[in-house]
This record gives sequence, C-alpha cells and structure tokens, in this order.
Amino acid sequence: MNSLWAVTLATMVKDIRLEWRSKDALNSMLFFSLLVVVIFMFSFDPLAEESRHIVGGLVWVGFLFASVTALNQTWARELRNQVLDAYRVSPAPDNALFLAKALGNFIFVSVLEALMTPLFVIFYNVRVLGPAWQLLPIAILGTWALVVNGTFFAAMSLRTRSREIMLPLLLFPISIPAVVSMVAGTTAILTGEESAHFYIVLLLTYDVVFTTACLALFGMILHAE
Amino acid sequence: MKRLFPILSVLTAVLLAYALYEALLVAPTDAQQGDVYRIIYYHVPSAWTAFLLFFINFIASIQYLASAKPSTKTAAKWIVIAIGVVGVIACFLPQVQHLLPKGMRPSAVATTVLAIPAFYFLIGKFFPGERLDMLALTSAEVGVVFCTIVLVTGPIWARPVWGIWWAPGDIRLTSTLVLWLIYVSYLVLRRFSNSAQTQMLAAALAVFGALDVPLVYFSIWFFRTQHPQPVIGGGGSMDPRMLQVLLISWMAFLCFAFLVCWSRFRLEVLRREIEEAHAMESLVGTGEAPSKASLPLSRSSR
Amino acid sequence: MNAMKFLLAAYIATWVIHGVYLGTLVRRFSRLRQQVKELKGSGFRRSAPGFPPQV
Repeated sequence: MNSLWAVTLATMVKDIRLEWRSKDALNSMLFFSLLVVVIFMFSFDPLAEESRHIVGGLVWVGFLFASVTALNQTWARELRNQVLDAYRVSPAPDNALFLAKALGNFIFVSVLEALMTPLFVIFYNVRVLGPAWQLLPIAILGTWALVVNGTFFAAMSLRTRSREIMLPLLLFPISIPAVVSMVAGTTAILTGEESAHFYIVLLLTYDVVFTTACLALFGMILHAE
Repeated sequence: MKRLFPILSVLTAVLLAYALYEALLVAPTDAQQGDVYRIIYYHVPSAWTAFLLFFINFIASIQYLASAKPSTKTAAKWIVIAIGVVGVIACFLPQVQHLLPKGMRPSAVATTVLAIPAFYFLIGKFFPGERLDMLALTSAEVGVVFCTIVLVTGPIWARPVWGIWWAPGDIRLTSTLVLWLIYVSYLVLRRFSNSAQTQMLAAALAVFGALDVPLVYFSIWFFRTQHPQPVIGGGGSMDPRMLQVLLISWMAFLCFAFLVCWSRFRLEVLRREIEEAHAMESLVGTGEAPSKASLPLSRSSR
Repeated sequence: MNAMKFLLAAYIATWVIHGVYLGTLVRRFSRLRQQVKELKGSGFRRSAPGFPPQV
C-alpha cells in the first residue's frame, strides 16, 4: 500500500512539474473554457426569467466540454516518449499510474472549473438561494466522476482510430447518471426549491462504483497492445 | 446453412403474421387511447427482446473477462452461484419482501434472479472461448436494432396519446435511450479499435455499461418524482386479453430475434475464418500443399 | 383516423428498421462469399517462394 501511494505521488508530481514547464496545453485549455462560457452567454439569455433554472445545466455542460479537452491529452506525453511501455515492464503497480493520472486530471479540471465559475457567476448574476456549502461536495464528487471514467476511457481510446472523438463518445453515455445528478443537484441548490441530498448520495455511489471498476480493470487496459 | 434455418424462418414468419392478426383484430380496443395503443404490441416486445439481448451480452462479457485467468474464472463461477442462492433465499425473507414494488410476487423475482447463474452456465457451456466474444458482439448488434425500434415507436406512440414526442422524465424511454447510447458506443469501440485486445476492451465497456444502468434508472426516477411528467406507455395493470396478445407478440419477436442472431453469428464465424485464412496466407508465403492450409469452412474444433 | 396514421407509421418503421439490418447482413454475407471464392481460387501459391514471405 505504501508503495502504491509513493509511486502515485511521484508520478503526479512529475506530471504537474512537466505541465507547468510547458504551459501551452494549459493556456489553450484555459482559453477554450473561457470561450465556452462566452458562447453560452450569447446563446442562453442570462436575463431571462428561467436563467436560474438552467445555469446549473450550463455550468456542468461547460465543465464537461472543458474536461474533455484536458482528458484527451492525458496520455499524450506517455505515448510520445514510449513511457507507457517502460511503465508496463516496471514493477510499479498499474493502479499507481492510473491514480496519478486521475488525480492529476482532477486537479487540472478543478483549476479549469475554478476559472470558469466566476465567469458564470458574473454573466448570469448567480445568487445561491439554497445551502451554498452543498455545492462543494457536488463539485468534488461530480468532477471526480467525470475524471475517473475519463482517464480510463482515454487509456482505452489509445488503441483506436480517431482517438480524440473516441473519448467523448465512450465517456458521455456512461456519465449520464452523474451529469443528471450534478445538474439537478446544482439547480436544486441554486433555486433552493428542493433538497440535493439524494443527488449527492447518488454521485457518491457513482464515484465508488466506477472508481472500483476502473481500478479493477485498468491493468488489462494498460497491457493492451 | 442447415435445412433447419429455412424451416424456422417460415415458422417464424407465420408466427409473426399470427401475432399481427391478434394485435390488430383480436385484441380489444383500449378505453382511453382507442386503437393507437396497439403500437404496444410492437413497442413492448421489442423492448423486452432488446433487454434480454443486452443481458446476454453482459453475461458473455463478464465471462469473457473472467476467463482470462483460471483464478478469476473460478472466482466468477462461485460469485454467480452465490448470487443465485442468496437472491432466491432473500426473495422469501420478509425484510426483503417489504422492499419489492407492489404487485411483484417474490417467486417472480426469484425466477429472474435465478436467470443470472442459469444464463451464465448455459452460455459458458454452449459458447466456449472465442465464441463467447462472438456471442457478445452478436447480441449487442441485434440488441441495438431492437432498441432502435423501441426508441422510434415510443415517440410515435406518445405523440397522439400525450401530444408530445418526448418527456425527459419518462424513466423507461430515457433509460432505454441511455442503454442504446452505451451499446452504440460499444459497437463503435469494436469497429474503431485496432488493438489485439479489442475484445477485452469491449467486454470491459459492457461491464461499465451494465453498472451504469441501475444508476441511470435511479437518477431519472428521483428527477421524475420532483418533476412529475407523463409516462409513455402507461403503467398499472392490463386487461388479461391484452396481456395474452402481448405475450404472443413477444414470442413471435423472440423467434425472429433468434434467427437474426443466428445469422449474425454465422456471419461472424465466417468472417473470422476468412481473416485467419488471410493471415495464414501472408504467413505461409510459399506454395504449400492446399490440403494442409486449406480454408477451414467446416465446423472447426476450436 | 389521424391516430391510425401513427399506428401505421410505427408498424412500418419497425419493419423498415429490421429490413435495413437484414439487408446489411445479406450484403456482408455476399461480400464474404466473394472473398471465399477468391481465396479458394488463388490457393496458397505465391509468385516468389521462400523467406521473407511476400505479401
């Protein structure tokens, strides 16, 4: 167990350091996220009466598209330098690599979300009518739901043609219950009209089920030729 | 194809025609919906057939994944037996019976739970090794066809009855849509993947999809309780005469689905044999005696 | 009468979808049979013998 977390941490730190050094990918993703928010602002009238009801949906759809751009490059660096092959033959546990990538993606996507949220708040004059603190568990659980499956499917798409489109194609259907929960939960809290408890529990269940499934099956994915 | 196939085709055609006759002329008219409700005799059997096929795909995928290592194979076998035993016993415990929806008899649930180990062992016996994966592919593809029919006939039924094509809170139709999406992505993965482990990856995706389905159901179910919306297809009990025609219709479509699956399976067998022959051809390269490397079109001992 | 249009549409749609799928199966079958004929015709004789195998 000790070795698992040690390797995970080391891989994560390496990834973050590399990402920080070459900020190209980071910068273009940030700009893409900003563009998504602006496009939404033009397409869905922020001043309309019902805007409070749809902001939850817009926010999470925006996060979804932004996270796909982040997830698509998860394994790009490893592929370029044949690192994956080196990893496969190393004695390091497979799950350490998966956790490192998933956690790294989680941090990355959280950064994107942290940047997009103030824009949404400003453009849509968001005021939270329900218990605002509940937005935090929804954000954390929801982001993890997208990231854990996204990292897994990104690895699965490595051996396919049209890799970039394969990831969202696999990810979106499986993520539907998570997206429904995230959106409905966020809307519930923003409008204060209902309780988000059920959605938080469902997101937690989703996260537990799929994190387990990903950890169980990642070894096979990594060793696929 | 053996002589059996044409005979079964004719029988199935007759059965389908009979089911159609029953659906249109024998079944009584619905008090509220009039004659439009007869769409149900195509919509619901297609749904049940699609779900059965996806269930078969799920069992085949799990077995395929489990058969990678002998340890996982034995483990899976015991888990499946345990599910059967525990499930059946649980159905007759009072605590569990409280949780069952009204109208569901414990024996019915027990039989359904028993289906899991039953299918597991039957499929394992009749589809060893690679044939397991071929079964998975076949059932997924034909399942998508039937599921498409459900998603097309559903809105066609909803429009005259409810005035709307689609209700996002309609838990049955929406869950079916997600199931359709998952299996289309499964088929796309199989087509686009150029890995030697495509079949394993696809099996993993099928497992993910199966884990997803109950979560989909619950998320939409709760959403619906907060935002009541019409349920297309109606709930509640059914006139026994209608139920009878529904079952006849389902039997007819099951036979039809069986024949389609059989054809698709044979197609896959042929395709793989040709692929192997092509591979052998490029490998051998010299003028080998054709008898040794001849096309193995007859039933091989794989 | 208007409602019956929907009933007819549903039944026709069902069989069209089945027909299209069966059509693709037939097409794939005939294509494979064609490949079988080609394979049987060429046998396994190659123009140049020996290693490496000429593809």
